[in-house]
Amino acid sequence: MSERLQAPRIFGSGDSVQISGDWTTAFLKQQQVLASGGRRVVQLVDIGRLDTNGALLLLQIIGSDPKDWPEGLTTEQYGLLDLVRSRAVAVPESQPRLGAVAELGRQVFHLTRHAKELLDFAGQLSVLLVSLVRHPRQLKIKMLLDVLQRDGLHAVPIIALLAFLLGAVIAFQGGLQLATYGANIFVVELISLIMLRELAPLICAIIVAGRSGSAYAAQLATMQMNQEVLALKSLGQDPFAWLVLPKLLGLMLVMPLLTVLSMLTGIGGGMLVASIQLDLSPVEFVQRFGAVVDPIHFWVGLIKAPVFALLIVNVGCMQGMLAKGGAEAVGHRTTRSVVQSIFLVIIVDALFSILFAQLGW
Amino acid sequence: MTVAQRTVVELQQLATRFGQHVVHEQLDLTIYEGERVALVGGSGTGKSVLLSEIAMLREPDAGEICLFGQPITQLTGRQLTAQRQRIGMMFQQGALFSSLTVLENIMLPIQEHQRLSASVLQELAMLKLRLTGLPDHAAHLYPQSLSGGMLKRAAVARALALDPPLLLLDEPTAGLDPAGAAAFDQMLLELHAALNLTLILVTHDLDSIWTVTDQVAFLGERRVLVKQPIQQMVRNEHPVIKTYFANDRARRAIRQEQMV
Repeated sequence: MSERLQAPRIFGSGDSVQISGDWTTAFLKQQQVLASGGRRVVQLVDIGRLDTNGALLLLQIIGSDPKDWPEGLTTEQYGLLDLVRSRAVAVPESQPRLGAVAELGRQVFHLTRHAKELLDFAGQLSVLLVSLVRHPRQLKIKMLLDVLQRDGLHAVPIIALLAFLLGAVIAFQGGLQLATYGANIFVVELISLIMLRELAPLICAIIVAGRSGSAYAAQLATMQMNQEVLALKSLGQDPFAWLVLPKLLGLMLVMPLLTVLSMLTGIGGGMLVASIQLDLSPVEFVQRFGAVVDPIHFWVGLIKAPVFALLIVNVGCMQGMLAKGGAEAVGHRTTRSVVQSIFLVIIVDALFSILFAQLGW
Repeated sequence: MTVAQRTVVELQQLATRFGQHVVHEQLDLTIYEGERVALVGGSGTGKSVLLSEIAMLREPDAGEICLFGQPITQLTGRQLTAQRQRIGMMFQQGALFSSLTVLENIMLPIQEHQRLSASVLQELAMLKLRLTGLPDHAAHLYPQSLSGGMLKRAAVARALALDPPLLLLDEPTAGLDPAGAAAFDQMLLELHAALNLTLILVTHDLDSIWTVTDQVAFLGERRVLVKQPIQQMVRNEHPVIKTYFANDRARRAIRQEQMV
C-alpha cells in the first residue's frame, strides 16, 4: 500500500457540490452515509481510486444516466462506472412465503414422504436379511469385526464406569430411605431389580446411541454427499450390505454383551455402597441376591438389548442415507439420529414394561 | 504497460517440504501488476501448494513472500487481515458455504468487512453476480443446486466481493465442458480488463492458457523453470517442458493457435 488512502467526502453546497476521495471497498461505510445524504453532485474532483463496490455507491449519488454524470474522471473510471451501471440490478424476489394452508399441506407432504422413506428403508433391509439367509457370503466379515471392536470393545470402559456409578447412586439414595425403616437388606432387591430389568439395558442403549448411532449417521451422510453410496451401487454392490448390515448384526451381537457388563458393574456399584453405608457385607449381599432374585429378571433385561440395537442402527443409518445438501445436513442428521433413537428406545422400553406386566414376568 | 511495473507477488528462495518430501526449493517468481499468469507443471510439482502460499493460507518452510511490495512476515495481525482482503481466492471445488444461498455467500465477506445496510449489501452482491455472468435467479439458489459452471462463477463472484486487485484461481476450468470452459475464460478476460485485476491461475487446460494468460510459469525440478509467454514456452527446449507440451492435445492447441 504505497499511496495514502483518501477518505471519500462531499463538500460545497448549492450549485457547486463536489465529491472527492477514494471510492473503494475500504470506505464503503462512509460512502453509504454520503449516498444517503441525497445531495445532487455537480462536480467530481480528485477521485483517487475507484472499484466496482465504490462505483455502485457513487452511481447512487450521481444517478445512473451517463448524460447526467459530472466531469472529472479518467476514461478508465468512466468505463468502470458504465460497466457497473450496465450490470447493476435489484435483488430478484425470493420464493414467496407460503400461506398457512399451503404450509400445512407442505408439512403433511413432507411427513408422508418421510414415512415412505422409513418404510422403504425397512423394506430394503428386510429383503437383504432374507437373502442373507440364502447367501451368507454377502456378509462382510471384516466390517462386522470392525463394528464389534469399535462399537463393542471400545465402549466397555465408559459403559462399565457409568453403570457402576449409577448403581452406586441408586444404592446410596435408596439405602438412605431403607435405613430409616431398618430394612437395609432390601437394598439387594432394589438395586438388582432396577439394574437387571431397566437401567442396565437403558444406559447401554443411551450411550451406544450417542457413541455409535451418531457416528453411523455422520459417516453415511458424508458418504452420501461424496457420492460414495452411488459409487457402491454403480459397482453392482448393495450399499445396504456394505454399510448397514454389518452395523446391524454387529451391534445386535454386542449390545447384549454390553448390557450384561453394565448389569454386573451396576450391581457391583450397589454392593460397594451397601457395604460402606449399610453395613451389608458383599458375602451377605451375594447370598441374598442368590436367594431372592429370580433369573427371569435377567432375561427380561437382556431381551431388550438386541431390540434397542435394532432401533439405534436403523435410525442412525436411515438418517445418514437420507442426508442431502452440504455440511449442515450432516450435523442436522446426526443430531436427529441421536434424539430419535433415544426417544424410540424409551418408548419401546415403556412398551416392554406393559408387555411384561401382562405376562406377569 | 507502464515502464515501472509494480510487483504484486514476489517469491524469493521459497522452500516447501512435506516431511522428507521436498516440493519447492530455492523457488523464485515475480508477478507484476496486471499480468495474467498460469502456474503450470506436472502433477505433484506443488502448483496448488504454491497458490495457497501466495494466498497466505500456508506458510512456506523457508524463503520470503512479498505481496504488493510488502514482505508478509513483517505484517502485524491487522495488516495481515487487510492484505488478505486484497486477495481473492477461488477454490477448486468452489468451497461455497452450503448452508447459505449464492447471494448470502457473496454478501458474507462484505458484511464482515463493514456494517452496511441490507439493501446496499444486496445490491453490491447482485453486481458481483452479474459481473461473473450468473443469471439473476441464481441469487437465491443454494450451492448444491448449481451446475458446475455456475458454481465456479459463484465462487469467483465471492472471491471478488471485496474488489481485490489480485485474483487466484485453482483449476478454474477443470470439470467444465469445452464451451463452458471457453465462456469462463472469456469472463476472466473481461473481468481482468474491466477491474484492473492481476490473475494467477493453476490450470491444466491448454486452451485456457492460450486464451487467458500472457505469462506462463512452469514448475519443475522443485522451482519455477521459466516464466514466459506461452508462444515462447511451447518452443522451449528444456526436456521437462518439452514433454509437458509434447502430447497430442497440446499440439492440437498449438495448431489451432497458428491457424487463427
